[in-house]
Amino acid sequence: MCLRGPRGDNRPMIDFLASFELAFQLISGGDAELWRIVTLSIEVSLASAFIACTLGLPFGAFVAVQDFPGRRVVTVVLNALFGLPSVVVGLVVYLLLSRAGPLGSLGILFTPKAIIAAQAILVLPIVAALARQFVEDAWREYREQLTSLGVSAARAVPTLLWDLRYSLLTVVLAGVGRSASEVGAVMIVGGNVDGVTRVMTTAIALETSKGNLPLALGLGFILLGMVLALNAAAYAVREWSAKRHG
Amino acid sequence: MASAMSLPIEARGLTVRLGGHAALDAVDLRLEGVAPVAVLGANGAGKSVLLRTLHGLLAPSEGAVLWSGSRARPRDQAMVFQRPVLLRRSTLANVEYALAVNGVAGNERRSRAKDALARVGLEALASRPARVLSGGEQQRLALARAWALRPRVIFLDEPTASLDPAAAAEVERIIGEIRAAGTSLVFTTHHLGFARRIASEIVFLHQGRITEKTTAETFFKSPRSAEAAAFLRGELPWQPSHDS
Repeated sequence: MCLRGPRGDNRPMIDFLASFELAFQLISGGDAELWRIVTLSIEVSLASAFIACTLGLPFGAFVAVQDFPGRRVVTVVLNALFGLPSVVVGLVVYLLLSRAGPLGSLGILFTPKAIIAAQAILVLPIVAALARQFVEDAWREYREQLTSLGVSAARAVPTLLWDLRYSLLTVVLAGVGRSASEVGAVMIVGGNVDGVTRVMTTAIALETSKGNLPLALGLGFILLGMVLALNAAAYAVREWSAKRHG
Repeated sequence: MASAMSLPIEARGLTVRLGGHAALDAVDLRLEGVAPVAVLGANGAGKSVLLRTLHGLLAPSEGAVLWSGSRARPRDQAMVFQRPVLLRRSTLANVEYALAVNGVAGNERRSRAKDALARVGLEALASRPARVLSGGEQQRLALARAWALRPRVIFLDEPTASLDPAAAAEVERIIGEIRAAGTSLVFTTHHLGFARRIASEIVFLHQGRITEKTTAETFFKSPRSAEAAAFLRGELPWQPSHDS
């Protein structure tokens, strides 16, 4: 891939300014295509993070509180999958969903559903590994008290997830952030089809490869703004809750 | 739910090793219940380990703990820790949670929880988040939570440690009421005045072994073991400041 901007190499500062202006114009102009890309990005990120959290948070908490054979192995594997290469996940999901693949009959390759599936697989181990760490740290504090009250490990999972809800918000955010910034797997299973599976990241990659650096950077600013807004909201919730609940 | 009964509690040749060190060393002990028992001893004597093992939180390395002759941990017992762990919910919800875990039905849960809070003087703070209560209020909530379960035995690990005199006095009043209601108490403390007022039996631990088990009266007047005598000599000068 060639990263060659029309003016970029010699005067990078001007590109940054121009991109910033362009991002602003795109947003204020209410560009329909941009809007479609942004909403699809948000939709698939939230959907995949939701699936990953629904499965990953309880799983991580369970690994933290329950002793079972192979628990250490599971922990090491979870932590290793943290750095799961997204193109590999993309390739595997592609093979599964391709016409000849075992799930080919679903016919969802090159649709947003395929993107959600690939992102959920990428985010699941991150959410589970982080949840395991948070819950295990808390379990050290809670274990005696909960055991004393007669709480089983299975019962402790929802109790701890609820009690750590504000800390775990950070984990959920990490999941959403990873989903929103993902490009490798999304490109492979989504195909970056204009108007169908084009999301922020793939649009940025495409515009960059076309040499349209101001637009690429402009989209980048919007993506960054989205992630910043999300994190600021979560930070506010945590601050408020820490004051209220201690 | 196990219907096993906690009393009498019997430790037979109980050894608990923690990190290679014998925190309890071949302890034999039988507690019939009702008469409040104070477990005394210097720091590191094994008081907390004994309480946790009798409560079933720590597994014996050797020997056994038997609850009315059975090795199955009974549910009719509760423990109050030095630093209670409270859930990030309201004061009332903390008590209700303990009741729910122990199978108390929803409609009965609320009334029993409110009743328990009233007995420790926390009814006005029922809707307050438990984690923002003061240290004394948290300990009272922990007592209410244990009491609401209507256990036959309550273990208390340093219930008045790190509380100011007023809060310690309030906690002592509640413990006195729990005792008066007929619940058996087994507790550790460094506050000898508190032990004297509440306990009728003393178990004295020295380096993981019981060197003395007598009535409180005998123990404080004329301890039989040299270790207990030395302990009382060392600790008693501080007694007035612990008395509240």
